[in-house]
Amino acid sequence: MSITYLEAIREAQAVALRDDPRVFIYGQDVGAFGGAFKATKNLAKEFPGRVFDAPISEDAMVGLAVGAAIEGLRPIIEMQFADFSTAGFNQIVNQAATLFWRTNVPCSLTVRLPFGGTSGSGPFHSQSLETIYAHYPGLIVMTPATVEDAYSMLIAAVAIDDPVIFCEHKFLYYHLKAEALPSEALPIGKARIAREGRDLTIVAYSAMVHEALAAAAELAPEGWQIEVVDLRTVKPLDTDTVMASVARTGRLLCVGEAWPWGGVTAEVIARVASEGFGLLDVPPQRLNAKDTPIPYHPNLWAAHRPTARAIAAAARKMLRL
Amino acid sequence: MYQTVLDAEAGGGSAALRDLHLSAYRFMLQARLLDEKLASLYRAGKIHGGVFLSRGQEALSVSIGVSLRKTDVFSPLIRDSAGRLAFGESILDALQTCLGSALGPMRGRDGNVHRGRPRDGYLAMISHLGAMISVVNGTLFARRFKGITDAVGATCIGDGGTATGAFHEALNQAAVEKLPLVLVVANNQYAYSTPNDREFACADLADRAVGYGVTPHSVDGTDLSACLEVMGRAVAQARAGGGPQLVVASLLRLCGHGEHDDAGYIDPRIKNSPLGRDCLKVAEDILLSRHWADASELASWRNEAVRAIETTVARVQREPAPDPFAEQWTAVAGTDLRETHEELGV
Ligand SMILES: Cc1ncc(C[n+]2csc(CCOP(=O)(O)OP(=O)(O)O)c2C)c(N)n1
Ligand SMILES: [Mg+2]
Repeated sequence: MSITYLEAIREAQAVALRDDPRVFIYGQDVGAFGGAFKATKNLAKEFPGRVFDAPISEDAMVGLAVGAAIEGLRPIIEMQFADFSTAGFNQIVNQAATLFWRTNVPCSLTVRLPFGGTSGSGPFHSQSLETIYAHYPGLIVMTPATVEDAYSMLIAAVAIDDPVIFCEHKFLYYHLKAEALPSEALPIGKARIAREGRDLTIVAYSAMVHEALAAAAELAPEGWQIEVVDLRTVKPLDTDTVMASVARTGRLLCVGEAWPWGGVTAEVIARVASEGFGLLDVPPQRLNAKDTPIPYHPNLWAAHRPTARAIAAAARKMLRL
Repeated sequence: MYQTVLDAEAGGGSAALRDLHLSAYRFMLQARLLDEKLASLYRAGKIHGGVFLSRGQEALSVSIGVSLRKTDVFSPLIRDSAGRLAFGESILDALQTCLGSALGPMRGRDGNVHRGRPRDGYLAMISHLGAMISVVNGTLFARRFKGITDAVGATCIGDGGTATGAFHEALNQAAVEKLPLVLVVANNQYAYSTPNDREFACADLADRAVGYGVTPHSVDGTDLSACLEVMGRAVAQARAGGGPQLVVASLLRLCGHGEHDDAGYIDPRIKNSPLGRDCLKVAEDILLSRHWADASELASWRNEAVRAIETTVARVQREPAPDPFAEQWTAVAGTDLRETHEELGV
């Protein structure tokens, strides 16, 4: 039996609904239809009265979730695409994110964001928004890269007392498969060494972990041992694991699918540069999408985002130094 | 034979009315055939990403395009192939965008329905529903500001899109500014899979107009004659200084949400109701019964449209795809303000 990243997300929600009567799901087309990507397939049937179709009203969807959280429920909001969460941005960053700090009342809700580029999806169905959400104090931002993490981190997200932005990568939905669902997991906030190496550290998260692993495999026959760190959550950011890895390798390349300006990769480099400058043998580098909206045409899209090839090329440059 | 608004009118057949119908019908036909071509190109794997069709919504959409002047503003949405053509978009623009030609108006940067030529008053939608309405308001505001007082702006949205905050903010804004906006709601009974009763709870979306101080219009969106009449009136009232007009049409989308969707959620009772009738067929019946066209003319227009589409597809398929090495990787217009660090991927 094998299970996809998307199925793991469905299963995690089934577990959350089964184990915790406070959980409900709210989003466009999530009911009988099972969601635009089928991430809530059959849940409305299996859990009557717990899965609700929302109007196309992202602001009100998040506002309702905040109100329900105040009442002690644990809503899961599905955005049809991460890109449309900007229509609910105000409620996420000004309402959900500030509630606990202002009132001492925790705001336990999960906003699921199907995000990231897939070929042909264009500027409004491809965005990676982890950086803008991570910028706001009060939010937890998860970016699982594996089927196992998609499952266990979503279950954890619902149990967490803070608002969680759960970034699930559409590119991984169907491609990524695991043999079985895990029964235990690393704690939230802890990064994972996805591949061990001693020559260079690549820090990545979500779909870019797989590009980084492919780049590491491409460099292995050339004699380079690349270590790949999967951040798992970008907020909190596990600086210790990154620093320990850089201490072993002396070289740091950060890879993100989001735009470069002020991004997660910039944050990682800033931390390593300020706290671990002496560990670095060469200047740290980052590789991101280009600083333009995400192009529709596959030729442009493939050049816009980091790929295994581009990562390997960037790594080679640093390794020669 | 279908009951139409025209049937109710005595006589009802001036030459101008006939010409309006004929021109509208031919755009509808082109749009339908273009949609069918796009669907087959999609199935053949020739189109990247999604394809969103307008099947069943051509009568409503075309009535907007033919009611506007070329100097007006039009901001179509996902199901407006017919209105786009009638407003003046070329089949070439449509195909270049859908096939990702570097020579098209969107240069492969954006695709499918996300196309336009803003300088020509033909706006290029973003995906976020409701977001275009206030932008149309802005174009009308600006024209008035510049002393242009005879322009109208029309834009479209679905029943589902009326639930966005953006829709409500923009409609109120248009009313406050008394802008010549014609906001057309195609109520096709579903927002993707979600039926009307999970989207809104008022009896009729046209009722929304009253609360904003906007003039409501309702129309049977399957009936070309009714659409032409109601849209013509709404556009004329907006042009005459009557402020924003909300036109709500009832119809059914006769296809999936996109070509990936089999629309299995659509209630067969609605399909078999008058809402489910095919507006193109209704329009043909109108033309034939009024003796405005005969079967051989219909057939020759169809052949002509098919030829135009096939020739254009062949041409576009020979056009170059965008080249990432020649691409200007910047989104900033000011050349002196562009960042050029390698880290930004420039
Ligand atoms: C703000 C926003 N939220 C969600 C979506 C995703 N989405 C695209 S089309 C659609 C359904 C639209 O329904 P409706 O407005 O009735 O138009 P129709 O497809 O029926 O023509 C949804 C939810 C979106 N485009 N914009
Ligand atoms: Mg609809």
